[in-house]
Amino acid sequence: MANLVIAEHDQGSLKAATLNVISAAVAIGGDVHVLVAGHNAAAAATAASQVVGVSKVLHADGAAHANLLSENAAAQVVANASGYTHILAAATAYGKSVAPRVAALLDKAQISDIIKVIDADTFVRPIYAGNAYATVKSSDSVKVLTVRGTAFAAAAKTGGSATVETVAAVADSGVASFVSAEVTKSERPELTAAKIIVSGGRGLGSGDKYREVLTPLADKLGAALGASRAAVDAGYVPNDYQVGQTGKIVAPDLYIAIGMSGAIQHLAGMKDSKVIVAINKDADAPIFGVADYGLVADLFDAVPELVAKL
Amino acid sequence: MKVLVPVKRVVDYNVKVRVKSDNSGVDIANVKMSMNPFCEIAVEEAVRLKEKGVATEIIAVSAGVAQCQETLRNAMAIGADRAILIETDVELQPLAVAKLLKAVVDKEQPRLVILGKQAIDDDANQTGQMLAALLGWGQATFASKVEIAGDVATVTREMDGGLETISLKLPCIITTDLRLNEPRYATLPNIMKAKKKELANMKPAELGVDVAPRLTTLRVDEPPKRQGGVKVADVAALIEKLKNEAKVI
Repeated sequence: MANLVIAEHDQGSLKAATLNVISAAVAIGGDVHVLVAGHNAAAAATAASQVVGVSKVLHADGAAHANLLSENAAAQVVANASGYTHILAAATAYGKSVAPRVAALLDKAQISDIIKVIDADTFVRPIYAGNAYATVKSSDSVKVLTVRGTAFAAAAKTGGSATVETVAAVADSGVASFVSAEVTKSERPELTAAKIIVSGGRGLGSGDKYREVLTPLADKLGAALGASRAAVDAGYVPNDYQVGQTGKIVAPDLYIAIGMSGAIQHLAGMKDSKVIVAINKDADAPIFGVADYGLVADLFDAVPELVAKL
Repeated sequence: MKVLVPVKRVVDYNVKVRVKSDNSGVDIANVKMSMNPFCEIAVEEAVRLKEKGVATEIIAVSAGVAQCQETLRNAMAIGADRAILIETDVELQPLAVAKLLKAVVDKEQPRLVILGKQAIDDDANQTGQMLAALLGWGQATFASKVEIAGDVATVTREMDGGLETISLKLPCIITTDLRLNEPRYATLPNIMKAKKKELANMKPAELGVDVAPRLTTLRVDEPPKRQGGVKVADVAALIEKLKNEAKVI
């Protein structure tokens, strides 16, 4: 068996999610190789070579990968896919865009969002917003998988010494081009990697209140900020704050849900957190059904008090 | 410009499904079925493109059991002009659906295909990207804004760290995210009109597509149940629990 992990990177460094994917590949067994498709991305390739468990890095460097477009990334994976039994990517916006394209080009099924490796052909994945876990077996010769990061511990970033092999970069597909990016700037930990998340819902009432009430708590705890779909739809915070079935899946040590009801679609994104705290004035809110500690209180009183007493 | 909008019939998003006691799947007998919410957003976007004069004809297509007709009638009530049902009782997986859709695209020659980014039953998030790959087209997944000018689609996408805007040559694939639009409700007159619109029926074999599943579901389990915990009296009690019992702060 041989695994090819599609690295996610920003040309300079590896994204944390790739470390979880490498662990999933190690769980499958056999060699673990990492493909870094980038432009002037030698630093990312070097970083990949140091991850424990990786035996070889394939580094494709070319202008076609300058903006990490899915069409070119998928073509690169396919160009280097020969000999691999498993091709893995993170279940992130990038991985979810690239992996199905790879699978279709190889005429293989793709298995999304795996949370457990049973054996080389069999995997567990959530369906119906995590309300059921399906164990699926693939009859394809090559398995294309996306991996839910919260289900696999991150591989150690350093300590490995894989060889880096340069492979030819594909040409640009010519069908898509990058225009611009609007990156949310934040000094806080990344949502999917944070140990503590302070998350707000519609109960905050406005974007200003969201920031005024939640920021001091997040500052005090060194936490990332998250939100329910309702809060994002209402424009309180940008889209990348959304936790849930179709947003980000998180599993921090502590998740503090403030002013949110706890729709099943939201619970799907956070119910694997170690400890969940809910603060809501509605004692019947479904969020209390999953919270380890529930505080029935007006958040506008309770959260400032919490900040003051911490 | 013709626009193709694939739609999927799924368990309604308000229904909390239950795993069958024999672990063979989830119980969907007598459960309310609806159009996948992301597909509704796709239909709405196509209708808006038609209202702007960009799209000339909207074709809704669905693959699955005979009851998918209801989903297609719903798409036509929102504003699709006609519909195609690819009828089969076989369990369809995303690769098979993408191949069926490719066959329809080859026949109908749309310049744009708009799909939901994922269906809320299997949560796969694959079909649009697979279709794009099979056609050799560009793709814009997770769209929150779409503008079409001439032969170019400019699409803003919801990414993990914010937003990204890309431009695609037509024909292309767009998959919808939540913030793209708010679908309208179908009005009664439009529901009546939709009943008279053309709904063609075909079988996978007529399209020359092998839809045999590649993946077998061995079993379906309930996820580990999370125990609801305790209610604490006040903020001080909460801090005490977090510090001394949970030890997370």
